[in-house]
Parts: sequence; C-alpha cells; structure tokens
Amino acid sequence: MDIFLQQIINGLTLGCVYAVVALGYTMVYGIIQLINFAHGEVVMIGAMVAFSVIGALMKSGMPPLLVVAIGTAVAVPACVAVAWLMERVAYRPLRTAPRLAPLITAIGISIILQHVAMMIWGRSPISFPQIIKTHNFNVGGALITNIQIAIILISFILMAGLIWLVYRTKLGVAMRATSQRQDIAGLMGIDINRVISATFVIGAALAAVAGVMIGTYYGQTQYTMGELLGLKAFCAAVLGGIGNLGGAVLGGILMGLVEALGTGYIGDLTNNWFGSNYRDVFAFVVLILVLVFRPSGLLGERVGDRA
Amino acid sequence: MTATRDPRGPLAIAGLVLVAAALLALPFALAQVGTAWVRITNLALLFALLALGLNIVVGFAGLLDLGYIAFYGVGAYVWAMLASPHFNIHLPFWVILPIGALAACIFGVLLGAPTLKLRGDYLAIVTLGFGEIVRIFLNNLSRPVNITNGPQGISRIDPVRIGELDFSTTSKFAGLAFSGPIKYYYLLLLFLVVVLIVNMRLQDSRIGRAWQAIREDEIAARAMGINTTSVKLLAFAMGASFGGIAGGMFASMQSFISPESFILVESVMVLAMVVLGGMGNIWGVVLGAVLLTFVPEILRYTVEPLQKAAFGRMIIEPEVIRMLLFGLALVLMMLFRPSGILPASVRRRG
Repeated sequence: MDIFLQQIINGLTLGCVYAVVALGYTMVYGIIQLINFAHGEVVMIGAMVAFSVIGALMKSGMPPLLVVAIGTAVAVPACVAVAWLMERVAYRPLRTAPRLAPLITAIGISIILQHVAMMIWGRSPISFPQIIKTHNFNVGGALITNIQIAIILISFILMAGLIWLVYRTKLGVAMRATSQRQDIAGLMGIDINRVISATFVIGAALAAVAGVMIGTYYGQTQYTMGELLGLKAFCAAVLGGIGNLGGAVLGGILMGLVEALGTGYIGDLTNNWFGSNYRDVFAFVVLILVLVFRPSGLLGERVGDRA
Repeated sequence: MTATRDPRGPLAIAGLVLVAAALLALPFALAQVGTAWVRITNLALLFALLALGLNIVVGFAGLLDLGYIAFYGVGAYVWAMLASPHFNIHLPFWVILPIGALAACIFGVLLGAPTLKLRGDYLAIVTLGFGEIVRIFLNNLSRPVNITNGPQGISRIDPVRIGELDFSTTSKFAGLAFSGPIKYYYLLLLFLVVVLIVNMRLQDSRIGRAWQAIREDEIAARAMGINTTSVKLLAFAMGASFGGIAGGMFASMQSFISPESFILVESVMVLAMVVLGGMGNIWGVVLGAVLLTFVPEILRYTVEPLQKAAFGRMIIEPEVIRMLLFGLALVLMMLFRPSGILPASVRRRG
C-alpha cells in the first residue's frame, strides 16, 4: 500500500512539472498550430541559468529560499528572451509556409540550442546545488518531501494564474480570438504578432520555472535534459487534447502518474522481464495509443483529418 | 513508360563516361591522401543511400519521419545478429541483406499502419517516439535473454564476403592493391547506382506520381481515386527497406554497432541532408549527403589546428560544429531556400 501511495506522490510531482511544460506546447499549438519542438530546450536553458546563478550565490550567506528565488528570477527573463528570439527568427517568417517548414526549423533550433548550451555548461551532467534542506513528511506510510510539496503548490499556482490570464484579461481574450481565426482577429484591431509573441513569452516563463523545479527535484541537469522532458510534456499535451489548457494540466498529471506507476510496477507485472530501465517508453506508448484510438485527446478538438 | 533514346546526344554520354571513370578512380586518389578519406567517402555513400530512402518518405510523399534512423538500426542489428559471434551465426551477405530489408520493412509497416491517418506534424512526433522506443529496446534487450547485448553493442561483426573475396582484407588484382575500404567503396557505389536507378524509375511511375499528388494535396489526391493510406504505407515500407539495407552495410563496414549510433540526432542529420539538398530531388539529396558528411570532416581538420593556433586550446569541439551545422542547415534552408540547393522540378505534363 505504501509503495503504491509513494508512486502516486512521485507521479504527481513529476506530473505537475510535465503539466507546466505541456501548457507551453498547448498554448503555442492552440494559437498557431505549430509543435514548438524547441520548447524542451527552453526548459533546459531555464534549469542551466538557474544553476549558474544559484551556484554563484550559494556561498553569499543569503537565505537559501532567496537564492533559489533569485535564480528563478534570472532564469525567467533568459528563457523569455530565447523564446522571443526563436519565434521572431525561425517561426514568424514561416507563418504562411507549409506546416512542415516551421516544424523543421524548430528541430534545427532545438539542435542549435542544445549544443550552444553544451558549449557553455559542458557535456557531462552537472549536479544542481541542493541548498534547500529536505524534510520528509509521513503521509499514510509514504514519504513526501518539502520540495515535492513546493513543486506541486507552485505548479498549481502557475496553472491557476495562466487560466486567469487567458480567461479574465484583455490579452487572454486577444489570444483566444487569435487562436480561433487569425485574420478576423486582426480585423478586430488585435495586434496578431504581439499576441503570438506574448504566447511564446508566457510559455517560456512557465518553462523556466519548470526547469528550476525539475533541476531541484532530480538534483542534476544536463544539456540533453530538455529533449526527453519536452517530448514527454508534448505527449502529455496530446493526451489531454492539444490546444486545451485544462487538457494539458490533466494530461501532464496523468502522464506523470503513468510513468511513476509503470516504472514502479513493470517489474512485478512482467516477472522482471522488463525493468525500470523502460521508464522512458511509457510516454511514447501512451502517445501512440492516444493518437490511434482518440486523436483528439481526452478534452480536445478533432485532429485526425488533414495534412 | 517506354524507354526513349537520350535526346541530349553523344555529348551527354561522353560526360557520363567521364563521371563514371572519375568515380571509379576516386578511391585510389583518396588513398594517396589517406585511407581515412576513403572511409569518409564510404560514409558519405552510406548516408546518401540512407538519405535517398528518407527522401521517398519526406521528399516524394511529404511525410515527415523523425524516427527514420530506427529502420537503419533494425537493418544493422539484423546483420549483426546473423553474422557475428554474438549468436555464433554466420550467414552469407546475400541471405542477410534481404532479411534486414524485410525486417526494416515490417517495422515500417508496423509503425505506418496505425499512424498514417494522422496529420503531418503529429506523424512527425509519433515517428520520433517510435525511434526512441526502438533505441530504448536496443539498449535494454540484454536481459533476461540477451538479444541485443545492451549498451555494449555487438562487436566482431563479419565483413561482406563474396566467395573468396573478403572485404576486410587487402587483395591484389591486376597489379592494384584493393584495401578493405576501397572494396567497400565499390560495393557501396554499386548499391548507390542501383538505388538511384530505382528511385528515378519510382519517381515517374504511377506510385511516384501518386506520392507527389499526396504531398501537394491529400484531399485532391483522394478525390482522384488514389488510395492514400496504402500508397503512404508503401512509401513508409519502401523508405524503411532502404534504411535497412544501409544499416546492414553500416554494421558490416564498422564491424561494431551499439545503440549509440541510432539516436535521434542521427535522424535529424539524415533529415538535414534531405532538406539541404532539396526535398524530392534525387541528385539534391545525394549532394546533401555528400556535403554534410564532408564539410564537418574538413572542418575537423581545419578548425582544430586553427583554434589551437589562435587561442592555444580548443574552444569549439568539432563534434559541436558538426551539430551546429546540421541545425543551421535546417533553419537557414527553411527560411531562405525551402526547396533546397537543387530544387525538385515540378514536372509539367501534356
């Protein structure tokens, strides 16, 4: 029982991070129907920048929470700048091109960002400074750390903030209008380019926070971390129904749970034929199953039809 | 279609003979510079094979496949398992090559059948996921039954042997010393010529025209009576089999393979070759493969000493330059010349 509960807690933590990253994918997809392949790299840049800042400040005697907060505060504008530039240089000129063109530039951007990060932060995994002391709390036989609680809380605050932004502000109305029909939204006096830039920027800010959270949780980062994380978050967005904010949250959390429970029980279920080393397969299996049986995702619009 | 006489006359034929002679003499010229360059040329030929396979899927049919390297991996692993001390099976190459192609083809159909009804960008991500799954399995299928030998990979793979001719050793013929890489060069060149001819014939065939119709407008193609699903599946299967053949050649040439050779970055690299050269143009794709194999190698030999001379140490590793080059090729080509260096001509009929 406590193992089950433990996997639920771990899965929920991971799922919250996936959800925050998935929101970035789903917002961009919702507004310009582009799979922003390089979004995972933005998460990685966030984690790396925060790592550098936290590492530089950790001996300064400031309280650890403040150091992490400053690290995040620097990571957010860094990611925002990267995402803004990316949209400006690689996606905007291709907005009217065939769909596959911006996807191919996105792959190129992703490779470039990865290797630029490798030049700056090196090839091997670097350990993320653990300056916040971990405390364990006992919940019904399972352990939950203060870091896990913080990740879950921060994620929910971010998600609530985003939903408020999209459904209760003028920018949100503009975003939703643009996603429905770009040219008509333009005729209504909405600055389409600004709205699309804003979408990328908001997604990047979320990604930066997610990067700090995942770095703190796993205790290490590497220049390749964004690739798999981004793909899993994208799978989560598809599971929930791409273009749908609530779907991204639901998909992210479910994906985290599937991964944690799957990794935890695959050994027992298959008589140890398969072990926890297959953990990265689950997200893709879920993705393929969703796309085959319910391409619209759990909460989303139809997507199966057109090339 | 009936065969027509080449309208360009004897000049074109003379040119063709010259090119053929140059290609035949090339490895000996390169061997004077260093055997390494013969190996690099072989790699370029191999990537050209691979890129031509991907071109069927991406260039002709317009389906973005980001997991293409998985088929290459399947071909390589089939060869490695059927011709190495790993299972102690040593089948001759003309048996393994069709098996490898068939295995890759089956994987292509397995992937394609459930996913080809998806929209293009979704298909890209699913194929990417498929590529990752294959890699993870290659990495982990070493227990409980050792099939792939895990991350250590499979070593001491048999070279190609045709009768008495062993492709790993040097043999003398007509006063010339044919080293292993030189023999592989001729074999790969032969494969490339065959695949090129197959591709050219495919392009103008009924199937090829159906692929191009789907690429341009799927709904219109369906309205014209094309069974889009099965034609797309055919593109996948055919591209995959070419990948499988290239993979087999890779395994035998390197004599060692591990899952490291079949990662996502490799898929992106082959895609970059297709995009750089010109999606859908056979010669463009070959050019892309040759450029993206040679330029990084030339950079490796020039940038390294240059950096050491200028800064006293390495600032940017050659491997990073290689990857940045692939990334830039994708971005810049899409932005400024989306149809590639040699754009595919849209055939006008009637």
